[in-house]
Amino acid sequence: MPFIPHTEGDTRAMLATCGVDSLEDLFDEIPPELRANALDGIPAGCDELAVSQLLHARAAQNAQPLCFSGAGAYEHHIPAAVWEITSRGEYYSAYTPYQAEASQGTLQLLYEFQTMVAELTAMAVANASLYDGATALAEAVLMAVRANRKSKSRRILMPRTVHPRYRDVVETIVRHQGIELTRLDYDTAGGHIDPTSLPTEPGDVTALVIPQPNFFGALEDADTLTDWAHAHGALVIGVVNPTAMAVINPPGEWGGAGADIVCGEGQPLGIPLASGGPYFGFMCCKQKIVRQMPGRIIGATVDLEGKRGYVLTLQAREQHIRRSKATSNICTNQGLMTTAATIYMAVMGSAGLENVARQCHANTRALIKQLSAIDGVETVFDRPTFHETVLRLPRPVNGVLEELAGHGILGGVDLARDYPELGHALLVCATETRSEADLDAYAVALREVLA
Amino acid sequence: MNNEPLIFEHSRPGRINRAQSAHLGGDLDDIPDTLRRQRRPGLPEVSELDAVRHYTRLSQKNFSIDTHFYPLGSCTMKYNPRACNTLASLPGFLGQHPLSAVRDSQGILACLWDLQEMLKAVTGMCAVSLTPMAGAQGEFAGVAMIRAYHDARGDDARTEILVPDAAHGTNPATATMCGYSVREIPTDAQGDVDVVALKAAVGPHTAGIMLTNPSTLGVFERRIHEIARIVHQAGGLLYYDGANLNAILGKVKPGDMGFDVIHINLHKTFSTPHGGGGPGSGPVGVSERLHPFIPIPLVGRDDNSAFRWLDEHDLPQSIGRLSAHMGNTGILLRAYVYALMLGREGMVRIADYATLNANYLMARLRAAGFDMALPERRATHEFILTLKHQAKEPGVTAMDFAKRLLDYGFHAPTTYFPLIIPECLLIEPTETESKEALDAFVEAMVAIQAEAEKDVETLKGAPYSLPVRRLDDVQAARELDLRWQANGGMAS
Amino acid sequence: MSNIPSELKYTKSHEWVRIEGDGTATVGISDHAQTLLGDMVFVELPEPGAALEAGEECAVVESVKAASDVYTPLSGKVVAANELLEDAPETVNTDAYNDGWLFRIRLEDEAELKELLDAEAYAELVAEEDH
Ligand SMILES: Cc1ncc(COP(=O)(O)O)c(C=O)c1O
Repeated sequence: MPFIPHTEGDTRAMLATCGVDSLEDLFDEIPPELRANALDGIPAGCDELAVSQLLHARAAQNAQPLCFSGAGAYEHHIPAAVWEITSRGEYYSAYTPYQAEASQGTLQLLYEFQTMVAELTAMAVANASLYDGATALAEAVLMAVRANRKSKSRRILMPRTVHPRYRDVVETIVRHQGIELTRLDYDTAGGHIDPTSLPTEPGDVTALVIPQPNFFGALEDADTLTDWAHAHGALVIGVVNPTAMAVINPPGEWGGAGADIVCGEGQPLGIPLASGGPYFGFMCCKQKIVRQMPGRIIGATVDLEGKRGYVLTLQAREQHIRRSKATSNICTNQGLMTTAATIYMAVMGSAGLENVARQCHANTRALIKQLSAIDGVETVFDRPTFHETVLRLPRPVNGVLEELAGHGILGGVDLARDYPELGHALLVCATETRSEADLDAYAVALREVLA
Repeated sequence: MNNEPLIFEHSRPGRINRAQSAHLGGDLDDIPDTLRRQRRPGLPEVSELDAVRHYTRLSQKNFSIDTHFYPLGSCTMKYNPRACNTLASLPGFLGQHPLSAVRDSQGILACLWDLQEMLKAVTGMCAVSLTPMAGAQGEFAGVAMIRAYHDARGDDARTEILVPDAAHGTNPATATMCGYSVREIPTDAQGDVDVVALKAAVGPHTAGIMLTNPSTLGVFERRIHEIARIVHQAGGLLYYDGANLNAILGKVKPGDMGFDVIHINLHKTFSTPHGGGGPGSGPVGVSERLHPFIPIPLVGRDDNSAFRWLDEHDLPQSIGRLSAHMGNTGILLRAYVYALMLGREGMVRIADYATLNANYLMARLRAAGFDMALPERRATHEFILTLKHQAKEPGVTAMDFAKRLLDYGFHAPTTYFPLIIPECLLIEPTETESKEALDAFVEAMVAIQAEAEKDVETLKGAPYSLPVRRLDDVQAARELDLRWQANGGMAS
Repeated sequence: MSNIPSELKYTKSHEWVRIEGDGTATVGISDHAQTLLGDMVFVELPEPGAALEAGEECAVVESVKAASDVYTPLSGKVVAANELLEDAPETVNTDAYNDGWLFRIRLEDEAELKELLDAEAYAELVAEEDH
């Protein structure tokens, strides 16, 4: 049997030690009427060779056209060292580091991860990951409700410039706790939240969510929004792209006091696209509300001899101790993905990450220039963008995308369903992995399709 | 072992890894200064070799399945077959954008479809959604479905979820996230749910009960049918926490036990890696009556048998989405590869040999003089040893034993869970360990007991041979130091 | 054996109460409770001015292995919280009945005092739990 080492002799000797005659006897406490029949519907087992052949065939059925789609998942170059090291069995096959002395590798790495994420966002502290960017935002909303003791309304301002799927996930997760999610509309010229459109008397608001860059790729006026929120007693939750943080003003420095809680999707930091996961969510906050943060947190301490070491700390926030009063039900997080992200950030360094961010920005600008030169194609918003933007096409986007696929191009994301008011709107992105030739290829194909 | 400094302590200003980005860059002149970053983030500045060497050295400070026996109860630390990783990492899978056209995604969709079907078959449920990203998120999905079901019937008096006192912490935490209050049900002396207390607790306020079977006490809940009847008669539903499904794979199906909704921890039963804390995957299965509420997306088939995503248009009553895309797809692929290799006979063998190993280890430890928490019960895939006598005399705790085991080259079993058993070790050997590994563990336990009797300080000072001695959790929590800072001192 | 001063009153959930004679009462957790919880790492206290109902959760004492809610045994307005504990939560371990007090409350309903246990009754309760 696969992965079971017992010889027949072992089995016999072990059954004898247990004082039973057969393996079946070990199940004698299960009421007989519950016993299942054979596992119909499960195929017979295969050798590694046969499974390998099947999976290669399946992988080949996936097609990977030249990618100009982003919308929360970005194709970046991943240095070879990242997954070479991350895949080591000592990381790959370890459990959550509850036995600290036997897990110093993972724990020190996570402490470094927390430091790097806090540096990127200019926040005081970070946790050791949540499931993904969308659930991290949901957790941030719940955290804001706990942390903002002065606010009684449990009301969160949720702009439509936040990723629509993130908003869906937040709705799924927080809906049972009497939290009100108030939609904020965006400015149709800028594709951002216009601070002057915010009410001067908003009433009791628990928190304002600020995406940076936002779902349209546009940069929000985060300073003014942050000051507005703080002036009205609301906390600020930033949702940020980690690559952008290399060049864009980080949430810890927004406005006079900085964001209170920051979260986001970690995938751009060395995680493959992989059909949507596993990725990881990150979360940071100000020091004074760290006890309200969900998820695992690693702290430095000393051992019996005074030597530096690392442990899981503030565990009394978590479900295994606090049970029904825990900050969250999360237990298993996305550990291995944060391992990869930590190695990615170390290998790239600040300069490397900045170069990547600048190249993404330059490529997207070049793409916008090329595509908007085509008859009938125009940019929709006038705010500066990071590495993504919205274009308007002369006819329905989904048909255009289908034809582009025929040219080997994944041309972006159709916004018709989430933002019908924008007309034939297409969200496009060009990361550092797109060459000039790739941009030309897209422009040539789109020109042909629209001709 | 030498202290490995932090990566930041290896950093030297101006040291740049030119292999990665020397030819990248570009202007930001269209972004106003107020939106630009003024000061670079303090990421380490190291060579690629520095980074590779540092993270390789750190890895060597970990225990892992690949290096050690890891009998961590409830966590199912068994061999993570390499084939699962290699095949899930084929470029055809890794390079796929989540918003790719369905036409371009038939390969991955076919794998996910097959996995859905296989999980239906092993659990006896009518539909499976793969989207939850860990057991706890599966629990959330399950309890949210229970709530959606009651809400859809206009039955809004149901405000309470029942949870056995031996339950995992995620169960009560989940119930709270779903807006329920939690009532604990006691366990009887034999480790079964106290049915008398259960009967007294149920009523029109009962939304449902969350149960693990085999329970977290390492025994099969024998009166499960009666429990199901009591809860169903009161109008509540039954949630199955599938953390221990590996013990009964192919032997009993949760659907046949009367459960309405379940989750499966693929990182336990289907041997996907724990990765130092994740990612996991917690697919949910539902009975007919909860089917309309299942979380999206699922994989479906259209008329000409092409695969496609099912979303809110197909399932308008769904509780909704739990992730931006479709959950931890790469983990699902690993589980799929594992399931294909095992096949139907292999799955039953998991339960057989996980149970054999647990009962064998329990029999040998008992013969060596250790006390079992439930001595009259058959072990399932795990069992609980209690050191409450040792704690009184000679005065060593479960934690002391756990730390000393590390010196002997064994990862410690789960300690102090379930909370209702004093000084406990929850031991789960799994089917992938050989008799020799189990025998060596028994010898270590016996040797540690002898050390304890001779001088408790031997255990109190453990571990001795690891990168660090016993760490001070209290200082860590009192003097929070959660990140490195160039100038030392605390962040504010 | 835990220390149970005879001049104090107690609750089943292991709080102690000292009647101050100026219409206020001081509340803390018993020596027995602090021993069970272990080294204290954080204490969360009610805000002065808060109006509490007897039996309400109003503070949390946290060690590395447990977090326990503290219930106010008496109704009334909080007049003071022990700020010393913010930086030195271990005071609850070292001096549970004096410097380790949690909060002081202005009594609203003298009748509630009758519900409290005296030292003897509390000692019995602790002895029972130890079995
Ligand atoms: C019994 C039990 N239930 C639930 C969980 C939670 O699962 P996860 O860690 O995948 O969220 C676990 C594992 O940690 C468990 O052992």
